[in-house]
Amino acid sequence: MNHLLRSLAPISDDGWKELDDEARERLAPALAARRLVDFSGPHGWGYSATNLGRVAAIKAAPCEGVVGAQRRVLPLVEVRANFELALSELRDIDRGADDADLGPLDKAAHQIAVAENKSVFHGWKGAMEGIVEASPHKGIALGNKPDAYRRPVAEAVERLLHSGIGGPYGLALGGEEYQRVVEGAEHGGYPLLEHLRKIIDGPIVWAPGVGGAVLVSLRGGDFVFESGQDLSIGYSSHDGETVSLYLEESFSFHVATPEAAVPLS
Amino acid sequence: MGFDQYHEPPEELPPATRTFARLCASLTEEAEAIGWYEQRLAVETDPEAIAVMRDAQGEEFKHFSMDLEFLLRRSPAWREIAEGVLFKSGDIVEHGEEAESETFEGDGADGEPAYLGGSLGIGSLKGALR
Repeated sequence: MNHLLRSLAPISDDGWKELDDEARERLAPALAARRLVDFSGPHGWGYSATNLGRVAAIKAAPCEGVVGAQRRVLPLVEVRANFELALSELRDIDRGADDADLGPLDKAAHQIAVAENKSVFHGWKGAMEGIVEASPHKGIALGNKPDAYRRPVAEAVERLLHSGIGGPYGLALGGEEYQRVVEGAEHGGYPLLEHLRKIIDGPIVWAPGVGGAVLVSLRGGDFVFESGQDLSIGYSSHDGETVSLYLEESFSFHVATPEAAVPLS
Repeated sequence: MGFDQYHEPPEELPPATRTFARLCASLTEEAEAIGWYEQRLAVETDPEAIAVMRDAQGEEFKHFSMDLEFLLRRSPAWREIAEGVLFKSGDIVEHGEEAESETFEGDGADGEPAYLGGSLGIGSLKGALR
């Protein structure tokens, strides 16, 4: 048994399989950052920091005749979304029910996916710098009219090319912007989604938690998401009615090439 | 050769699986080249030719190792088994059987495969279709 304490929960093997499958199904579409940045790991729950390859000077020395420096590392953060499920629903799963109420799990999955996306794209104060705040490029106005999206996206591509950042590129779109693009069509009926895909030569990604949009290079080596414990469901406690569980992960995020992304808003 | 590395219609395969297949094909080619150089070196008598081929075989060792590391990073179960087998003294077959068993037969009462460590095993989604 590891730190997730899953075997202490009053949940059968079939019940755990149903919960894990449901969580994967809900998480995968919303984990936008993992579709666009490099992923390293998972390195396990015991992994605590990312090597930055840099040192900081230490003024004092333990004795005369030596100098010292301290390695700089980026500590991983732990993110947890708690939820409770009714034991009666889990018993129904064991009986073969295919419509158990797993709403609290679905909500927790969405919350932790939003937390991951926000951390990667907009940073987490005191913990890590995000893609948007690290980018030296001035934000490009996207506007509210989807049929006008082509020009700013093309301008963002040109800006990356001008900076020597090769493609293909990927476009992360916040919830509202994604909906506008999916619904949008240009004069003549050609889907805007397809046109934008051709402009960036890469994927358009639904990114809940992202404000506006962000164009990033997918060439690799520019943005690194380092996973300690990848997303997992763990057990906290239970009583006669409910079981308290949580979704959890540990990770760090590091921008290696700030100019490899352009924010649009 | 063409697109022989695909066993299923390529258009039905996600990009990540196509990349995995390409690296598997590359791994095979590097292993073949290592074997070919081993045979050539066994029969060559010219010292200068031997030196050139030893250097070339060293390149293939490097390429094979890079391909393998890439594939292991993309396959947690393969990596878990490899960690139980590679760079260890003792009985290779015994290590292999133990590593396979520990990887797939779970680590506790909840029956989780050990290589997942209780995680959902989502990992990278770069290249995933949806």
